[in-house]
Amino acid sequence: MSATPLLQIARLTKSFGTNQVLKSVDLNVAAGEVVTVIGPSGGGKTTLLRCVNFLEAYDGGSIKIDGREVGYVDNAGGQKRGEVDLAAMRAETGMVFQSFNLFPHLTAEQNVMLGLRQVRKKPLKEAQDIARHWLDRVGLSHKTKSLPSELSGGQQQRVGIARAVAMDPKILLLDEITSALDPELVNEVLDVVRQLATEGMTMLIVTHEIAFARDASHRIVFVADGTVSAQGKPDELMAEVASNERLRNFLSRFSASAH
Amino acid sequence: MQELIDAIIYAIPYLMGGLGMTLLVSLITVALSLVIGVVLGVGLIYGPWPLRWVIRLLTDCIRGIPILVLIFAVYYGLPPLGLNLSSFWSAVLALTLFKTAQVIEYTRGAVSSIPRGQMEAAKSIGLIFSKRLRYVIFPQAMRRFLPPWLNGVTDAVKGSALVSLLGVVDLMQAINQVIGRTYEPMPLYVLGALIYFAINYSLSSMSKLLERRYAYIKE
Amino acid sequence: MGYQLSFNQIWRNFDKLTNGVILSLELAVVAILIGALIGLVLAVVYVSSGRVVRFIISTYVEFVRNVPLLLLVYLVFYGLPTVVNIAYDAPTSFIATLALYSGAYLVEVFRSGLDAVPKGLLDAGKAMGLTPWQRLLHVRLPTMTRITLPALSNTFISLFKDTSIASVIAVPELTWGAQWINNRTFRIVEVYAVTTVMYLVTGYAILFALRMLERRFRVER
Repeated sequence: MSATPLLQIARLTKSFGTNQVLKSVDLNVAAGEVVTVIGPSGGGKTTLLRCVNFLEAYDGGSIKIDGREVGYVDNAGGQKRGEVDLAAMRAETGMVFQSFNLFPHLTAEQNVMLGLRQVRKKPLKEAQDIARHWLDRVGLSHKTKSLPSELSGGQQQRVGIARAVAMDPKILLLDEITSALDPELVNEVLDVVRQLATEGMTMLIVTHEIAFARDASHRIVFVADGTVSAQGKPDELMAEVASNERLRNFLSRFSASAH
Repeated sequence: MQELIDAIIYAIPYLMGGLGMTLLVSLITVALSLVIGVVLGVGLIYGPWPLRWVIRLLTDCIRGIPILVLIFAVYYGLPPLGLNLSSFWSAVLALTLFKTAQVIEYTRGAVSSIPRGQMEAAKSIGLIFSKRLRYVIFPQAMRRFLPPWLNGVTDAVKGSALVSLLGVVDLMQAINQVIGRTYEPMPLYVLGALIYFAINYSLSSMSKLLERRYAYIKE
Repeated sequence: MGYQLSFNQIWRNFDKLTNGVILSLELAVVAILIGALIGLVLAVVYVSSGRVVRFIISTYVEFVRNVPLLLLVYLVFYGLPTVVNIAYDAPTSFIATLALYSGAYLVEVFRSGLDAVPKGLLDAGKAMGLTPWQRLLHVRLPTMTRITLPALSNTFISLFKDTSIASVIAVPELTWGAQWINNRTFRIVEVYAVTTVMYLVTGYAILFALRMLERRFRVER
């Protein structure tokens, strides 16, 4: 397997003012891989994710998707990508947000279609078909004409997933997508993610759902204090608990689900 | 009583002429200030910090002085600097500056009330800036912008009365002129007031109606 | 271009501007005091009255708010003396007009302020055995004052700017002073530059002072 990883993060640093949130992160995600990032709040995992589609501008290091630097022009020594360039790069990644961020003035169908029409430049009929296909895949074919305000949290998040996936991104970024949901709605969303994983979608997931991380990921990465403290296949990571105190402390809070 | 009615009947054509001028001045002011104000408002929120600073400074200055001073400053102050405008255009310029500052504030209020996540979601599906505004931000900002803006149109109409001081024959000046001929100030002032009232009250009622409509569509 | 800036004439006649700004402030203060009285009384009457009285008050409010101040000033100064047996000078007439003008806006401010008094406080007052009048005096008005202070500050600053209209009936406030200098010296750019600065500085000074006042009220919970 000598293929270049789809996502290559190297020596990534990011500060907010005087607070250095990411101190040097190295992480690779191969095509078709599902990598879950876990860790304590404030440890940098969400920031890490948001750097991948340049919602946060990283200060140092490099993030490459398919060999192309995300926020900065390749080989131009630190020059930020222009507006149009950046938008094109972002179209290659899909993000699903903790607070859904659905466009409230558009129906579920229109939410999914917006990117297809305005970014992928698909004709109306084709965009509609793709949108309906994905809404059906997330179990919402009966809600295509509903406004976000008419949907439950779980339904809104599934639309959010459909919106991101319909763009046919190279990698899907999931930012604590179940944290804002009522417990009984979490599973319907996780089921969709599990399905996408089995179909080979490359995903970088930030989550608190340890059980899900263990079951659905190829690799778990533990990020704390701005660096990767431990990583490995789910079983391997559990083995590290013995030697990694921070990891042990973190997981002890989830003692019920860690076994 | 009969003289009263005669005075009013005599006045009406002149007042209607003046009303036309008032409406013209108001319309131009509102249209120009809307376009320029929204553009600058967007610049105020999304622009580079020098631009934001300049817009903020100019807006505060314009809003911090009386409209009358603004009108006089433009009318008397531009010719020495080489720009010769007629009374009409001086007045329109001054009123437009004034309203633009207001519109910038409405725009800022409306757009900044939209959650950050909306911009982020729009970015994440790959939309460029202009499309983010057009398809995501503005449609949502509309309902927060429209009611106060519509209400603010009444300020343009009321402010337009000041152009009478530059000799422009609007409704206010028409009233003054007719009084100058008939020596019946009160009936004319009241009549003029009723006309202004009719225009502005309809506008502010529409604004309240819109506000209620939008509040109903809870997000 | 050929326009040479020269501020000498301005400084020589500066007293016109300084006296003007003082008069503007005085006009605004008196107007808001009377206007606040009108607004307060009408607001209290409004919330405790039936449809007819409310309609009358609303008519007054809507009328004044939708008519240009300039027209109101003319109406009171030139118009009223022809139908009513009143004679007053320009400043008095202007203060009366501005008081009525601000009163209309303040009725709204005080009315929503009274509505914003938490029900819990009123219940506490009733429970203590206070009469409606006592409740008004000791619970509703003090609470409302704190709530409406920001709106009152904004109204005062607006009034200060509105005093410039007084110049059209020759009240010697700041704008009148500026025009006086302008007409005699033709130093237009300079006089309006200085006048603009004076309005801005005074406006900000008022804003600052009022914010300080607000903070005092807020700390004293």
